[in-house]
Amino acid sequence: MTDVYIDNKFVGIVKNPKDFVEKVISERRMGKLPITVNILHREDLKEIRIDICGGRSVRPLLVVKDGKSLLTEKHLDQLVKNEITWTDLVKQGFVDYLDALEEESALVAFTQEDLTEDHTHLEISPLDIVGLTTALVPFGNFNHGVRLSQGSKNQKQAIGFYIANFFNRMDMDVNILNYAQRPVVETLMHRTLNFDKHPSGQNVVVAVMSYQGYNMEDAVVINKGSVDRGMGRSTYYRPVVSEELRYAGGLIDEVGLPDKEVKGYRSERDYRFLEDDGIIYPEAVVKEGDVIIGKSSPPRFLSSLDEYNLTSSSRRESSMALKHGERGVVDFVTITENSEGNKLIQVRLRSQRIPEIGDKFTSRHGQKGVISIIVPEEDVPFTASGTKPDIIFSPQGIPSRMTVAHMIELLAGKTGALSARRINSTIFDSESEVDLRKELLGMGFVENGSETMYNGITGERYQGKIYVGNMYYLKLKHMVANKVHSRARGPIQLLTRQPTEGRANEGGLRLGEMEKDTFIAHGTSLLLKERFNADNTIVPISEASGMMAIDDARTGKSFCPNFGENTEISHIEMSYAFKLLLDELKAMTVYPKLELEGKY
Amino acid sequence: MADLFKEYENLLPRKILTEVKEYLPPKCSDAKLKKILVAVYKEYSDSRAQPGESVGLVTAESIGEPGTQMTLNTFHFAGVSELNVTTGLPRIIEILDGRKKITTTMMEVYLKKPYSTGKDIKKIAETIKETTLKEFVDEISINIANMQMVIILNKSKLKVALLTEDAVAKILDKGFKGFKFKIQKDQSLLVTPSSKDAALNEIYKLKEKVKDTYISGIKGITQVLPVKRGEEFLIVTAGSNIKELLKKDYVDSTRIFSNDIFEIQGLFGVEAARQAIINESMKVLDTQGINIDIRHIMLVSDAMTMSGKVMGINRYGIVKEKPSVLARASFETPIKHIINAALTGEVDYLNSVIENVMINQPVPVGTGLPGLITKTTKTK
Repeated sequence: MTDVYIDNKFVGIVKNPKDFVEKVISERRMGKLPITVNILHREDLKEIRIDICGGRSVRPLLVVKDGKSLLTEKHLDQLVKNEITWTDLVKQGFVDYLDALEEESALVAFTQEDLTEDHTHLEISPLDIVGLTTALVPFGNFNHGVRLSQGSKNQKQAIGFYIANFFNRMDMDVNILNYAQRPVVETLMHRTLNFDKHPSGQNVVVAVMSYQGYNMEDAVVINKGSVDRGMGRSTYYRPVVSEELRYAGGLIDEVGLPDKEVKGYRSERDYRFLEDDGIIYPEAVVKEGDVIIGKSSPPRFLSSLDEYNLTSSSRRESSMALKHGERGVVDFVTITENSEGNKLIQVRLRSQRIPEIGDKFTSRHGQKGVISIIVPEEDVPFTASGTKPDIIFSPQGIPSRMTVAHMIELLAGKTGALSARRINSTIFDSESEVDLRKELLGMGFVENGSETMYNGITGERYQGKIYVGNMYYLKLKHMVANKVHSRARGPIQLLTRQPTEGRANEGGLRLGEMEKDTFIAHGTSLLLKERFNADNTIVPISEASGMMAIDDARTGKSFCPNFGENTEISHIEMSYAFKLLLDELKAMTVYPKLELEGKY
Repeated sequence: MADLFKEYENLLPRKILTEVKEYLPPKCSDAKLKKILVAVYKEYSDSRAQPGESVGLVTAESIGEPGTQMTLNTFHFAGVSELNVTTGLPRIIEILDGRKKITTTMMEVYLKKPYSTGKDIKKIAETIKETTLKEFVDEISINIANMQMVIILNKSKLKVALLTEDAVAKILDKGFKGFKFKIQKDQSLLVTPSSKDAALNEIYKLKEKVKDTYISGIKGITQVLPVKRGEEFLIVTAGSNIKELLKKDYVDSTRIFSNDIFEIQGLFGVEAARQAIINESMKVLDTQGINIDIRHIMLVSDAMTMSGKVMGINRYGIVKEKPSVLARASFETPIKHIINAALTGEVDYLNSVIENVMINQPVPVGTGLPGLITKTTKTK
């Protein structure tokens, strides 16, 4: 007697559990039951569990009978000739979709050679154990597992040729690599995904050596000659969008050159790129503050009188201008209508990004690094044949991270580049390193991939042999141009008179609570005061009431709102935030009386 | 030589002086010793905290920084399976918060000779342990017809706890009025109600109550574990009751240990509690492999016990005692503090750090502390 549960609900009892389970599975394979029904027989608990609910992840496996896969060479041939499809295989019961439940009762062979009589299923390909992007890591089975996932994460951030019609699109934050290449060291997944149609990196020459200490701590040294020839060059696209909104009362935004009477009119210089329709012309070179789309809006709060007096003076300016630090070239202008029927203007900005110090690069093995120096080509070390590396990678990055595949890719890339062929580096199914070494030896190179190199500055020969070869390198989308920020003086917030926040607002770099503590811990209390006086103000205080007095600029006299002029008024220095606190206390009917005392 | 040491008695701590004596070369002239003492004194006075040094913040940073590592290590419990003592971050929080009831109290009971060599150690441990009736009972049966209850006691268990059936009957007789407890010939305990018109459900209620009646041992001690540490035997207990244990003549009262800080405060006073906070904190930090100078912990426990009783570092404890309204308001529940200050017309004299940061005045710490006083003479 065995209990049967469907989705954890008890439904009944079967007398012959083994036959029952077999029947469910065979009916599923025959197509009488849905393919996603999974069943497990727990003999120890005398339970059969069937799961049919949604939300379980299932994965396909080949069905094995008597130690042989049901899928034969014949079927594979038919598949190649497009005579049958995947669904045919599923319908014929050659494939099971197992979930975590039924996997408990399955014995899955990793490869065809591993198959024994006991096996119930066969992995379709060993490649299945990794995901889509992780399968793009070459020689992945030689890497530490952590590096595989880091490598796949890095590849998602790589700049490439992600789509061919990008010039017809208005995507936000688009980066396009100008000279994207198909990798020399490929995997099956690259071919499956048509990676050559949308590559995301370049094949570069990498030397594993140190360069005057510039590639310490994962930094990367790159060759200026390579940069000049287009390595890592990318283009950044960003749209500026503006819409003619409609408001209550038939009022509407107006795209066009704003009238000088408009509230908040910028300087005439800021509008200089706008054409008669109020929109910038293509190929204009713009900087921060320049208006891209001129627009004016109706006043925010309309009194009944204003309706009859809608002059331009009551309208306010609402143009789209470039924020602090932004620059570029106007690439493309579209004027359309959106789904609500409002006029929509989209302007795409473009800016070329040449690799500079601080840009992030990575190989496909989680070996990311930031450019620390761009070396003039004449100073770059060279091999006996005169080859100069594009990138100099630090050997310190290898031992602790155990990215063996990084080393193998370098060797494979070298072999592939020299023999003018693509190297298959699919995980668990790659070309053998021994063969690659032999091939390299056959082409007249040192078998282990190392070469004699010469100091680019002095011309002296390096004592050691340098490991040098070709690798597929990716430029990551984190570029300093989007991140550099500093400020000495700048805009402040209206309410607190403290500096604004964030790069886009030219904000200050906050000295926070814990940073403040370090000043106190050092006993530098006057330095702390100086650092915090961004919102310092001088407030007139009436000594009688202990509250703020009024400085009357017209008469030049100061007086207290409560006690008039017959009280002493002192000018006190305090942070504006504290003045604000006093005001807020007053607003909640708490009387914050300041008792003044001579400092000396 | 002795004169020189005497001269420095008030200048150097005793510990440093004894250390100097210890490491002194066998033949040392007075002139040489003088030189040594001068150098030691200079080193000592250089390493003292300067006036205006913000020791509190340095302490906070010195504990806070390595404290962040503690959350990552999940080494929060220690001990054998039956005796689990909270350590790690939860314990540190517990100590510094000044919790009255801690999650796991425990004691280490050292014994006088000859018990410390292992004599009768198991027996003593059993007598210390708090026991209830149900631990000695084999069976409780109720005779509905006679309105009687019969409790059959386990002889061997009674023997271990040094009890007799009569003693148990006496304890129960005292504890429950309205019922009579009598030992029968077969050594079972017969319970009869005193009045004849007692209801049956009263007996049923009694049955449940009787099970949890305290019989022997020390209240609060829930588990005992005899342990051999080095050459000595001692008893580790879960639960704590120092007062009762000190009454036992086999307990070495000079070395009794409990991890309940509030119990220590109640029995031995606040100075002992201060030392207990230091010891308990250092014990946790040491087991976690975190190296914090003991002086930082001493400062913390000084702050916690300064008012004469143990107070936690939170808004109900030492923060509540801060004299400044603004300082309290800037910590937690600002509105409560401001409203209360407004009701009583509290004055903030701006004597501490936080208030002065808020109004952007020099903080009275370090360079902000000293003022310069000069005498001015009028020049003619």
